[in-house]
Amino acid sequence: MNFEGRKYVLIAAVLAIAFIFILRLFWIQVVDDKWKASAASMAERKITDYPARGFIYDRKGRLLVANTPVYDIMMVPREVKAFDTTAFAQLISVPLPELRQRMIDARKYSLYKPSVIEKQIPAGQYAAISVHLHKYPGFYGQSRTLRTYPPRVAAHLLGYLSEVSPAKVAADPYYKSGDVVGVGGLEQYYEEVLRGRRGSRYVLVDVHNNIKGSFKEGRYDTLAVEGKDLFTGIDIDMQRLGEQLMQNKKGSIVALDPRTGEVLCLVSSPTYDPELLVGRVRNTNYGILQNDPIKPLFDRALQAQYPPGSIFKIAQSLIALDEGVIKVNTSFPCNKSLVGCHNHPTAASIEQAIQFSCNPYYYRVFERMVEQNLDKKSRFRDAALGLAEWERRMKSFGLGEKPRMDLPSLKGGNIPGPAYYDRKYGKERWAFSTIYSASIGQGEVLTVPIQMANLAAIFANKGWYYDPHVVRAVGEADSVQERYKEKHLVEVAPHWFDHIQEGMRRVVHEAGGTARRARIEGITVCGKTGTAENPHGEDHAVFVCFAPMEAPQIAMAVYVENSGAGGRWAAPIASLLIEQYLTDTIKRPEVMKELLDADLIAREKFFVKKPRSHAADECPRERLRQF
Amino acid sequence: MFMGWANIYSAAYDPDHASIFDQSKEYGKQAVWMGISLTLGGAILLVRGHIFRDWANGVYAFVLLLLALVLVIGKEVNGAKAWFGVGSFGIQPAEFAKYATALALTRYLSGLKALIDFRSRAISTAIILAPVALIMLQPDTGTALVSGAFILVLYREGLSGNILLLGILAAFLAILSLILKESFFDLPFTDKQLSGPMFLLFIIAIIGALAWFAVRNLVVKRMRRRFHAYIVIGVIASAGFIGSLDYAFEKVLAQHQRDRILVMLGQMDDPQGIGYNVKQSQTAIGSGGFSGKGYLDGTHTKFKYVPMQSTDFIFCTVGEEWGFLGTAFVVVLFTVLILRIIQISDRQRSRFTRIYAYCVASIFFLHLTINVGMAIGLAPVIGIPLPFFSYGGSSMIGFTLLLGTLVRLDAERLSQLR
Ligand SMILES: [Zn+2]
Repeated sequence: MNFEGRKYVLIAAVLAIAFIFILRLFWIQVVDDKWKASAASMAERKITDYPARGFIYDRKGRLLVANTPVYDIMMVPREVKAFDTTAFAQLISVPLPELRQRMIDARKYSLYKPSVIEKQIPAGQYAAISVHLHKYPGFYGQSRTLRTYPPRVAAHLLGYLSEVSPAKVAADPYYKSGDVVGVGGLEQYYEEVLRGRRGSRYVLVDVHNNIKGSFKEGRYDTLAVEGKDLFTGIDIDMQRLGEQLMQNKKGSIVALDPRTGEVLCLVSSPTYDPELLVGRVRNTNYGILQNDPIKPLFDRALQAQYPPGSIFKIAQSLIALDEGVIKVNTSFPCNKSLVGCHNHPTAASIEQAIQFSCNPYYYRVFERMVEQNLDKKSRFRDAALGLAEWERRMKSFGLGEKPRMDLPSLKGGNIPGPAYYDRKYGKERWAFSTIYSASIGQGEVLTVPIQMANLAAIFANKGWYYDPHVVRAVGEADSVQERYKEKHLVEVAPHWFDHIQEGMRRVVHEAGGTARRARIEGITVCGKTGTAENPHGEDHAVFVCFAPMEAPQIAMAVYVENSGAGGRWAAPIASLLIEQYLTDTIKRPEVMKELLDADLIAREKFFVKKPRSHAADECPRERLRQF
Repeated sequence: MFMGWANIYSAAYDPDHASIFDQSKEYGKQAVWMGISLTLGGAILLVRGHIFRDWANGVYAFVLLLLALVLVIGKEVNGAKAWFGVGSFGIQPAEFAKYATALALTRYLSGLKALIDFRSRAISTAIILAPVALIMLQPDTGTALVSGAFILVLYREGLSGNILLLGILAAFLAILSLILKESFFDLPFTDKQLSGPMFLLFIIAIIGALAWFAVRNLVVKRMRRRFHAYIVIGVIASAGFIGSLDYAFEKVLAQHQRDRILVMLGQMDDPQGIGYNVKQSQTAIGSGGFSGKGYLDGTHTKFKYVPMQSTDFIFCTVGEEWGFLGTAFVVVLFTVLILRIIQISDRQRSRFTRIYAYCVASIFFLHLTINVGMAIGLAPVIGIPLPFFSYGGSSMIGFTLLLGTLVRLDAERLSQLR
């Protein structure tokens, strides 16, 4: 038998196999890219260098915000050997089932890339852990930094850091999931300056995650750019004193240096310890703060819009004098049929009108400004013309629009002009009689505390201001940010302010003035009290002031909600802060004690008109965890 | 002719040199092995051809003895007692088994006219299976499987093609039943479910029934009985095969062998676990692209992502560093080598040399198919080396002996008149 032909079967098989192999090789090496990507993801590792976030200093060079090291426990599943999970769980203080779950998740994510097993262990605690870590191959500590707030003040002003939201990741290609980003306050506004720019290096790693050199000689590497420091005008002593004085009260304090527009302190009460929103405890604490019925997260200094009340009368006086519709010694009777008033002598001059805060007087003043007989045929058109001029001048005081300030989430208040009333009532459907409540700062007029403080600065400067700002300099301590070098002039001649200042001095220093409690030995304080109407309870007290009269160094607005007249609580708080700022001491411990003891939030319950939810009972503040 | 061989030989050697150059420790040893191999190859060429034939059984017996001995005094490496240790060098007698078996089988077959009677089949099977059994005891399934190459030789020498066909059919059935192993099928018109193998049987039964009717209608009457018998035997044999396969798969194979087979069949997709080797090896090869990352620049292999990369997965280094050009070159090189051996086999007047050459071709063919196949995910992971490429002294000496002997025998073809 001849089996010669059978050799062709073998030859055919050899050729077939060779053909199949070459086809397959062509497929995986030339056509299919997934293997290349997969190899790159395994052997090429991007190492991100996070630059240190910039510090924030107060006006005397003291730290408001700094960084502190913490450690993440990382795990590389491939390198983990069998170990005593119970002991390890105890070591890093993670419940055992939780640890198991995290290890499963890490394994699912990647066998050879590190995953975080426990986040942000404080340096002290990590020192105790690190000596044992060598017993657990596959686990290691990785240092990171967290924010720390040495003076523990100014939480609203500073903001906090949070993990970046998915929406932000989608919108800004700089951020990757898991990055931190500033939320609120300076952290948010100066995010790009503070964070710097992270750098990245590409390295090659072997199967045990050991770095084996840079990828393509570092061709794709970028250098990290350090975050810049911020130098603010904040005075930590004032900020702390302000927060203490406002404890158990709702409200806000804004103090400015009228000469520069720098914010000296920015208090919103109730506040919280900024350390509560750092690191692992942030989410828990944030939830608690958010559900707190007294709303500690709400920044009243920037976002609470109140009717300005009597303080508005000062601006009214200035514009009326400058427009020439009244003279300094113009007198109007206190006609309570026009608008309600309290009992006082008739105001014989603008200075007395300010001192007595006479409502009918300003009814007349506003009437003269609105009805100037510029259009003789229609009192509606006439009112629109008069009000337009008034609006222009009023807005030059920085009212009715968002302050050009270096903080996020600002509110602008409202100065109702013709456009506003046209929208509300229709064109030529309104006249002075419709809008008179604006004359005394009620009705549609709204301001935020920062604007009121700026108003005080304008009174102090006699007609000009720099935009209020927190950060004087970025990066270099001795510089001043360009945009805060621009001086704004108010549409009122400076000499009219003399009369205003005199009226404000009388409010504090003369018998019958409403803010006698703001007096300080040896310092001439000018002030004006006001009440902001509160439909839900007792009115909010306002006090604006500046000092010293001769060469003003501080201008301030103090709001105390639900406390009635401005003179009772707001004025003494302001005076203590002025004393602290100008003399660096407090010589009136009895005033201090009275203010610290006052609990207006507890008292408030008796004055609420609207039924409140029972949420106050379950107020969980004591559940707040310290980091 | 010898020069031609030397060319192929040295061409095959070169990448070997290169691909393990970076593994300094292994490279050093491999250089020593190469020296030994070359010396041995040279020595072989001086041996008179008839000596191989005369000593074939002696060598076979000697290797069997070594295989038995290694079970007793061998060194255990990776769970297999397969090594004789000499200092830091180890010798794996199993690698010589193919050479010995090739000689012995050739000697036996060259004495026959053709492989047609039961007795000769039984004896040649025994020659093949004796070392296989001893190697299985180590255990080293991979090396034992190489003996499957001799089936091709038997076929060439007259083993019925039906047996080969039957083998392929059985393999097909085995793969199908393993693929369907974990699946379930609804039995039409009932609420019962069938497991995969049961479903397969069901299908086979239906095919059998259809064939039965087809035979009754289409085949002439006197042949029907025979066809019907074939069908019944076929169905019963299939059922028995599937059943025993299931049993063998679950009871005889070790867990890691089961896993490897399942991964290869795509039944277990666990790239970080069992399929890790295969995935990493394909990643390394795939990342080479068309022209490769350049010699010594292969990150994936250099950073040890591929396990056993200098031995069983040496092909990955070629793939990553030299790209498609390199891998295609290697495949073509081996194909040419094998075809060349077949051609040499053909021109022999000596029956001994012809059959021997056929043995060599079959062994190379099987090594190429399985080693490269597993590296590119087309064959299960079976630990056998790529001839002359993989690190390992014993295998290099083994292949050198195989080729050297062939060259020597071929050189004598004009003087051999038998
Ligand atoms: Zn009055």
